[in-house]
Amino acid sequence: MKFTLSWLKDHLDTDASLDQIVERLTSIGLEVESVDDKAALKPFVIAKVLTANRHPDADKLQVLTVDTGDGKPVQVVCGAPNARAGLIGAFAAPGAYVPGIDVTLSVGKIRGVESHGMMCSERELQLSDEHNGIIDLPADAPVGTSFAAYAHLDDPVIEINLTPNRPDATSVHGIARDLAASGLGTLKGGKVEPVAGDGECPVKVSIEAPELCPGFALRLVRGVKNGPSPKWMQQRLLAIGLRPINALVDITNYVTFDHGRPLHVFDASKVAGNLVVRRGREGDKVLALDGREYALTSEMCVIADDNGVESIAGVMGGEHSGCDENTTDVLIESALWAPLNVARTGRTLGIITDARYRFERGVDPEFMVPGVELATKLVLELCGGQPTRTDVTGYAGHTAKVVSLPLSEVKRLTGIEVPKAESLDILTRLGFGVSGDGDVVEVSVPSWRPDVDGKADLVEEVIRIHGVDNIAPQPLGAHDAVNGKILTTLQIRTRSARRALAVRGMMEAVTWSFIPARHAELFGGGQDSLKLSNPIAADMSDMRPSLLPGLIAAAQRNADRGLGDVALFEVSGTYENDTAEGQRRVASGIRRGTAKLEGSGRNWSGNAGNVGVFDAKADAIAALEACGAPVDRLQIETGAPAWYHPGRSGVIKLGPKVVLGAFGEFHPRTLEGLDVSGPLCGFEVYVDAIPEPKAKPTKTKPKLELSAFQAVKRDFAFVVDKAVEAGTLTRAALAADKKLITGVSVFDVFEGASLGEGKKSIAIEVSIQPVEKTLTDQDFEALAARIVENVKKQTGGALRS
Amino acid sequence: MSDLETLEQSLLSDIASASDEQAVEAVRVAALGKKGSVSEMLKTLGAMSAEERQTKGPAINGLKNRVTDALSARKSELRDVAITARLVAEKIDVTLPVRQSPAERGRIHPISQVIDEIAAIFGDLGFAIAEGPDVETDHYNFTALNFPVGHPAREMHDTFFFPPDQNGERKLLRTHTSPVQIRTMETQKPPIRIVIPGKTYRQDSDATHSPMFHQVEGLVIDKTANIANMKWVLEEFCKAFFEVPSVKMRFRPSFFPFTEPSLEVDIQCDRSRPGEVRFGEGNDWMEILGCGMVHPNVLRHGGLDPDEYQGFAWGMGIDRIAMLKYGMPDLRAFFDADVRWLQHYGFRPLDMPTLFGGLSA
Repeated sequence: MKFTLSWLKDHLDTDASLDQIVERLTSIGLEVESVDDKAALKPFVIAKVLTANRHPDADKLQVLTVDTGDGKPVQVVCGAPNARAGLIGAFAAPGAYVPGIDVTLSVGKIRGVESHGMMCSERELQLSDEHNGIIDLPADAPVGTSFAAYAHLDDPVIEINLTPNRPDATSVHGIARDLAASGLGTLKGGKVEPVAGDGECPVKVSIEAPELCPGFALRLVRGVKNGPSPKWMQQRLLAIGLRPINALVDITNYVTFDHGRPLHVFDASKVAGNLVVRRGREGDKVLALDGREYALTSEMCVIADDNGVESIAGVMGGEHSGCDENTTDVLIESALWAPLNVARTGRTLGIITDARYRFERGVDPEFMVPGVELATKLVLELCGGQPTRTDVTGYAGHTAKVVSLPLSEVKRLTGIEVPKAESLDILTRLGFGVSGDGDVVEVSVPSWRPDVDGKADLVEEVIRIHGVDNIAPQPLGAHDAVNGKILTTLQIRTRSARRALAVRGMMEAVTWSFIPARHAELFGGGQDSLKLSNPIAADMSDMRPSLLPGLIAAAQRNADRGLGDVALFEVSGTYENDTAEGQRRVASGIRRGTAKLEGSGRNWSGNAGNVGVFDAKADAIAALEACGAPVDRLQIETGAPAWYHPGRSGVIKLGPKVVLGAFGEFHPRTLEGLDVSGPLCGFEVYVDAIPEPKAKPTKTKPKLELSAFQAVKRDFAFVVDKAVEAGTLTRAALAADKKLITGVSVFDVFEGASLGEGKKSIAIEVSIQPVEKTLTDQDFEALAARIVENVKKQTGGALRS
Repeated sequence: MSDLETLEQSLLSDIASASDEQAVEAVRVAALGKKGSVSEMLKTLGAMSAEERQTKGPAINGLKNRVTDALSARKSELRDVAITARLVAEKIDVTLPVRQSPAERGRIHPISQVIDEIAAIFGDLGFAIAEGPDVETDHYNFTALNFPVGHPAREMHDTFFFPPDQNGERKLLRTHTSPVQIRTMETQKPPIRIVIPGKTYRQDSDATHSPMFHQVEGLVIDKTANIANMKWVLEEFCKAFFEVPSVKMRFRPSFFPFTEPSLEVDIQCDRSRPGEVRFGEGNDWMEILGCGMVHPNVLRHGGLDPDEYQGFAWGMGIDRIAMLKYGMPDLRAFFDADVRWLQHYGFRPLDMPTLFGGLSA
């Protein structure tokens, strides 16, 4: 919402400065977005050409002496055809910035003659496109004074960033009312006097869609002369960014801003028969004032005559019945439209107008008729003519909302005591009616404030005018104890996984939740319910089923910049379906190139090899361990999802059902689909699938039992079928004696012709911890026999000879 | 010269000229071994008369002791030489670089770090952290938050929608973290003190707007919480978060459907230095958050009686306050995963924000 200072002062009697007004507007909730104080026009002064002589070396130039008011004439070289002795115009001295040519003037020589400034055209001052000559002012223009002030171009323009709840402040008058209520002056011009008319309006209105049109006022003014509107009106409209058209149209725009009352004018000679307010029909079309044709539907409200649709109600008028310089009889319309319908129609048709802006917020129903009267008054003043009476259709009148306000509510919600008298005074000044004098008063809401519904709204009115800055901060009641844990298990695990992965040399990425459809499909997603209807870009269309595609794509972007060895992770949401439960919390990471835990690339002490399945496995287990998963009970199995390499991947399970994650290298078709290359591995850990830790009564750790007997290690090498998994073998060895065997590690895996076709050797180191006595040779032999026996039973393997 | 003296000289000379431990050992065996020259002499003592033994005894034993000492001295001398030689041989170039620790290479994204900073501050004020889903219903994102159907305020949210289901209802991506207010009220009785960090989405994209961004919402509901308390909480937060001793904040009346009264908050700052914003000084005002008293309709939608319970809520952009605090110029870079950016603006994994150790290093 834009307006000028002088316009505001038509409605507000105040001595306040521009700065004070701007500050107050912001502090009462009408946030000032920008102020143009017209400083750009300050350098231009009115000056008189004393002499004008032909330039000695140029036919089209003249050398002027110019009186700029200080009695010392200056020499100016000028190319304007209308420059002549005696002309009074706008002069810019050296040092001035001329906006129309984007030049800061300096003393210069033009064809050998010094020029000390410039006589300006309107275009050079960006006042209009006029550039046939320099500005030519009347003879009485005061030489030496500000040109902007003389031409009324120094009127500051204020733009406020209006919140959608304040239709009353879409008008200069409404803004003045708020300022007056805040004590910054007195409101003027509230009452609009009716203009007497003669006879009935000959064009009748019938409302066939009363649910969309709660009122319609119409009046005819005959015998108008529609030329340009006066300069003062044009200047105000130009200042707020509106193009003057003709007096009748300018009046509707002026009243729209002056009183927040959008109007429409029809050229009566172009209206056939009576007007009907109805819903749009199949095939209805209208060429609107913006020169575009719109197709209308039954969801929209139109004003039609015998010719068809003449106007899109509350949004935009039609070109056909618009007013131009030939208009002699004008129909002035002031109507009420259902806000939601105007909003929806405007949105559907893609039309943004000052009328829609006001109607969708809600115009003052009680100003419908005064709006016609105000417009009539202006039409008569500017265009002449004889008005009929105003014909009002369908308006049932306005019943004010009444809200009970316990005055203690102000203190309850704001913490500050505003004296009762002041509270009531503020409400009254804002136009609310107050009755009752007890602790609870009845407040009636003015017709221009549809946003006020309840007592909290009234508290806001009181406090914004009283001054929010007057509320002193008060501590929020403190806890009388040390604060306990505030994070949930999932939140703690999310943080732990992040830190644990970062400690492994990985960098945390935050990638988009929406990814290209083809990427989603590669990772088990892409269902319709997770496709955005209105994605911001075609490749940001589907909610990600996995963090991997985003991370892999990010790694490729880095590789394309020459950084191919990257390790990235993310701990965030993935989407299995569109329910709250379908959003999973996943820790996921990838390594590319040679970005191994210990470092990447070449090094004198040994070059890092390509990343592979075991790098991803180690990351996955580290993430699980950081999240407190029971790492000693995890099972690693084959059968990872299809996007992994089937022979170089695994799933991590807890028991037969709970899948905690997957890891591995990727399927070549996955990488092809993502259009990426290079050694890559990755993992996904479902943080939300890890069981909650069991609650324990104390934090005491189990007692540490240290054996007095020396621990021993024994090595075994087994020859097994190639398909046998090392995990099966180590589990079998461990199970041979759960009491004595404390650990089994694999220290060698070997395949070779010597072992036979389809065989491999797995060498393990078994840690044995005697607990009751030192073991004898016989004890060891018996234990070894049990290990070999169990391994044989579980894997079919035999001790390597 | 007696035989003894001759022998001693010869032995000491052999010891001195022994060039390694083996040679020393050979001398020892030749002198003190079972059949060694000194041992043989000692054996002669038994056949001597008492008188003779009295003079020869000490002489031979003296010889033995001196030879023994000389042997051990030479041995230790040779060992020192050997160690010195070994050390010289073992010298390597210690300027060769070692690999950086993975804990130093890794990085935490600024968003995660700032969320941890926020949690540290509000944890101290007795707030819990609440979360909710990104894919939301129209009810939680709008209706329950007092956005009337078709109201222009809904339109200002530039919402991402999913296709309608068989009932004609369409899910959406939450446009703010406020749905979690309702979800919390539905499951928890007041007093409520929560902050809600999370991802939010709007159809908007330029240097300061991203279709995905992060917000943190705060909610306090009890029977007394008011605007004065809210001002205190927000001022304390801003001081703690920006790590300055004082801040000046300006509260302006504004409008949000889910609060009444509603306020927008500007913070005083100095933007005169390029690429840097200083808080608690300067002549500029910067808008950093919106807040207000929870609208009675929102309390009702959360199942609470607005005449019994009251409270306040606020929301601000995590990315935005992160950009302000750490001087990151472009929001779009947050989601690009450029490792050069992460390396530069990211945080070391062991730099955990705490109040006792300072939020940032």
